[in-house]
Amino acid sequence: MTLQLDAKVPPGAIEDKWDNHKFSVRLVNPANKRKFKILIVGTGLAGASAAASLAELGYDVEVFTFHDSPRRAHSIAAQGGINAAKNYKNDGDSVYRLFYDTVKGGDYRSREANVYRLAHESLNIIDQATAQGVPFAREYGGLLDNRSFGGAQVARTFYARGQTGQQLLLGAYQAMARQVAAGTVKLHTRSEMLDIVVKEGRAVGIVARDLISGAITNHSGHAVVLATGGYSNVFFLSTNAMACNVSAIWRAHRKGAGFANPSFTQIHPTCIPASDEFQSKLTLMSESLRNDGRIWVPSRIGDDRPASQIPKEERDYFLERMYPAFGNLVPRDVASRAVKRIVDEGKGVGPLRNGVYLDFHDAIEREGRQVIQERYENLFEMYQRITDEDPYEVPMRIYPAPHYTMGGLWVDYNLMTTIPGLYAIGEANFSDHGANRLGASALMQGLADGYFILPTTIGDYLAGFLGQPPVPTDDTAFGDAGQEVRDRVDRFMSTRGSRTVDWFHKELGKIMLEYCGMSRSEPGLNKALSEIPALYEEFKTDVRILGTAGGLNQTLERAGRVEDFFELAQAMCVDALHREESCGGHFREESQTEEGEALRWDDDFAHVAVWEWTGDPAKPELNKEPLTFEAVNLSTRSYK
Amino acid sequence: MNVTLQIWRQEGPDVPGSFKTYEVAGISEEMSFLEVLDVLNERLVTQGEEPVAFDHDCREGICGSCGVMIDGQAHGPQLGTATCQLHMRKFESGSTITVEPWRAAGFPLVKDLVVDRSSFDRIIEAGGYITVDTGSAPDANLTPVPKPAADIAFDAAACIGCGACVAACPNSAANLFTAAKISHLNLLPQGQAERWARTENMVEVMEEYFGSCTNHGECEKACPKSISIDFIAIMNADYLKAKVKNRRLVAQ
Ligand SMILES: Cc1cc2nc3c(=O)[nH]c(=O)nc-3n(C[C@H](O)[C@H](O)[C@H](O)COP(=O)(O)OP(=O)(O)OC[C@H]3O[C@@H](n4cnc5c(N)ncnc54)[C@H](O)[C@@H]3O)c2cc1C
Ligand code: FES
Repeated sequence: MTLQLDAKVPPGAIEDKWDNHKFSVRLVNPANKRKFKILIVGTGLAGASAAASLAELGYDVEVFTFHDSPRRAHSIAAQGGINAAKNYKNDGDSVYRLFYDTVKGGDYRSREANVYRLAHESLNIIDQATAQGVPFAREYGGLLDNRSFGGAQVARTFYARGQTGQQLLLGAYQAMARQVAAGTVKLHTRSEMLDIVVKEGRAVGIVARDLISGAITNHSGHAVVLATGGYSNVFFLSTNAMACNVSAIWRAHRKGAGFANPSFTQIHPTCIPASDEFQSKLTLMSESLRNDGRIWVPSRIGDDRPASQIPKEERDYFLERMYPAFGNLVPRDVASRAVKRIVDEGKGVGPLRNGVYLDFHDAIEREGRQVIQERYENLFEMYQRITDEDPYEVPMRIYPAPHYTMGGLWVDYNLMTTIPGLYAIGEANFSDHGANRLGASALMQGLADGYFILPTTIGDYLAGFLGQPPVPTDDTAFGDAGQEVRDRVDRFMSTRGSRTVDWFHKELGKIMLEYCGMSRSEPGLNKALSEIPALYEEFKTDVRILGTAGGLNQTLERAGRVEDFFELAQAMCVDALHREESCGGHFREESQTEEGEALRWDDDFAHVAVWEWTGDPAKPELNKEPLTFEAVNLSTRSYK
Repeated sequence: MNVTLQIWRQEGPDVPGSFKTYEVAGISEEMSFLEVLDVLNERLVTQGEEPVAFDHDCREGICGSCGVMIDGQAHGPQLGTATCQLHMRKFESGSTITVEPWRAAGFPLVKDLVVDRSSFDRIIEAGGYITVDTGSAPDANLTPVPKPAADIAFDAAACIGCGACVAACPNSAANLFTAAKISHLNLLPQGQAERWARTENMVEVMEEYFGSCTNHGECEKACPKSISIDFIAIMNADYLKAKVKNRRLVAQ
């Protein structure tokens, strides 16, 4: 073990730690803040909220996104909602309960102190967003409405129709736009970070490529913040936007940042199944649908009758059967595995037999079409547009798809990675969700990180550099990093192979889904670890990129991202192989109960697996951060 | 099914462009329009021709990245639908489909079907926000917002910033985009403090980049979120009032 994994968890009782910490961190005098330059990569919920908040504090902020506008970040696509322990419903919610649910939902693989802080900050997020004009759903009296969401027994989810992510992101984007106008944030759009620059062990800048001109430029700052989202697209087909990728955090990993729990992936149960081989992405149908929809398949294999002609007695409402207490509302990992098992048994429905029904018939009968329409109209419309089937009449077909990555760069309590001066926020860090994220908690985490936590913790680091200007961009550290980036671009452009980038990406995705997806086994992972490097070798010599590097070249952009996926994929398999237990979304076939439920091994695996780059993507070095549970007792999750 | 695509190809802003014709065979009705472009691009690369550049990302009709003119219509023939959500079942097999970039002075061409829409960000920067520093917000339930007002504000806030309204407008006006944001914020109690300054500033930046609205209504039809042109009326009314009020405020 060579990484320094000091989580810097503050002393005190769990509910006092954050306050204690705020009091103990060093502050930067308001007049001095503008002397510090902070580079932020990414303008999703995490990046945009951080940029706005840091600029309001007076820091000199520069922001980078490969999108043409900050508002396009993938956060925009979040549908269902955002959790907060406001207890507006008087149904017994509290900061402690949200904390408890998150630790338990994550199957005890997260750091307690961070999760408690997240639950605590959830209250402020809703206030902040509402004041910005985010149009959350309201009741007739004009106050905010809540619903219960995936696995929670209280109604603590705030939502904005089915477009919660869009509205929250626009709120953060607009707050950032105000700072752009004020000159405190400098915005670089269509600008992709291709490497970070480290000097004497500290992060001092980034190398970016202007996607329009192709120019490769150096940018220097006192601290660098990566808010670059998740990497579910390593599976090629996922619910993520097409451009989501791992490159920013992977490049940081190669420069020394520990990568935590890379194999922790969330496979979301309710997505529209693939319809053909040309499928380019999978569309999520919000989890909120499980509040009213019942999931079933025909009891008899090969029953091809239309759903409406299958009598109730001949249907298997399998989630209700297997988990009577939670029924259709079991957490995502549990639901996904059950659906996979049923489809693997040959009971799948639809032309390709690759889905199960999510049926609203009973809800419509109970509550009336009007009510269901009000709740889900835009989702039903989206479904119909894609499948040409009307969910008011015919049950939806759904199947699990890769959706969210709990793994990411390891960060301490201050959200700093193992490279001093380099921070990771939002989905990009290994975050607070342990081995499984609860619905409506990613938006909460991204915004807690960006609005409230980073602006408090970053000063502690910066305070030590008062009076020191950023490292000049002509320093040799920049020269070396820039040269590496240029060499890599040249290598891609001169390969002149025969196959497309997407072909390789799809092949890689198939391997990952098969062996490192919803269920994993030692032989499967070993197979993946022999197939991936072989495919990667082929990629290096046989990929074909046309056009030039001196202008917009979307294939070149994708080539870099796919190459990083090749390396990440190996780390994911190594990590999954190391973790011989099953926990949350990570299911090792070797470790299950008689009923096929995940079996945790707390004695051996109650730790964060933090991998260190060694130069060989298949042989990273393992470091461990032990996890201790003081506020919540380690217990077996049960949703029966 | 088989289709013939006539696609605008243009290397960059300073070189002339032209249509090129491509046959794409063996596609399925289930495919989205952008998946047909994917298939074409895969083939082009294999044949040694540079793929068609186009913007896209979420492919769920929410990020606003995608958007092309399809047979002269912004986002194509299906009402209330972004290009990425348009499926091939809306076309006949054997048809010829013309694909062009958004054309507007406010959206300079970058390459092929890609244009530069950063002028929209400039409009938002001019006042499309409510000033509230992080940490200074009161409890979210302090100010009730009547549900009808909240609902209408949301209808306006649904804008995805794709630019179809501008592309569809004979005058290349951005009034629907600007009005949607102004209405979203001006209809809410939280947005009142900056209402008049916001309106005047945003409208004026809009006018720097875009043409003037002469009420054709094409924008509403092209909008993938079917945002109503009634919001333009709200904006115009607020703009007139703003002119008077802002002057009075300055005089105070
Ligand atoms: C379909 C869908 C629905 C969801 N629904 C919910 C929900 O209801 N509730 C919930 O809590 N969560 C939900 N999630 C999860 C949640 O949306 C994400 O986890 C969260 O939005 C991630 O935010 P982020 O700021 O970390 O990253 P993102 O929003 O992904 O932003 C990443 C940013 O980084 C930039 N970037 C990345 N790499 C580079 C680079 N190399 N150079 C420059 N810029 C770069 C991108 O341009 C972008 O601006 C959903 C996710 C999906 C896929
Ligand atoms: S790709 Fe996002 S709206 Fe079409």
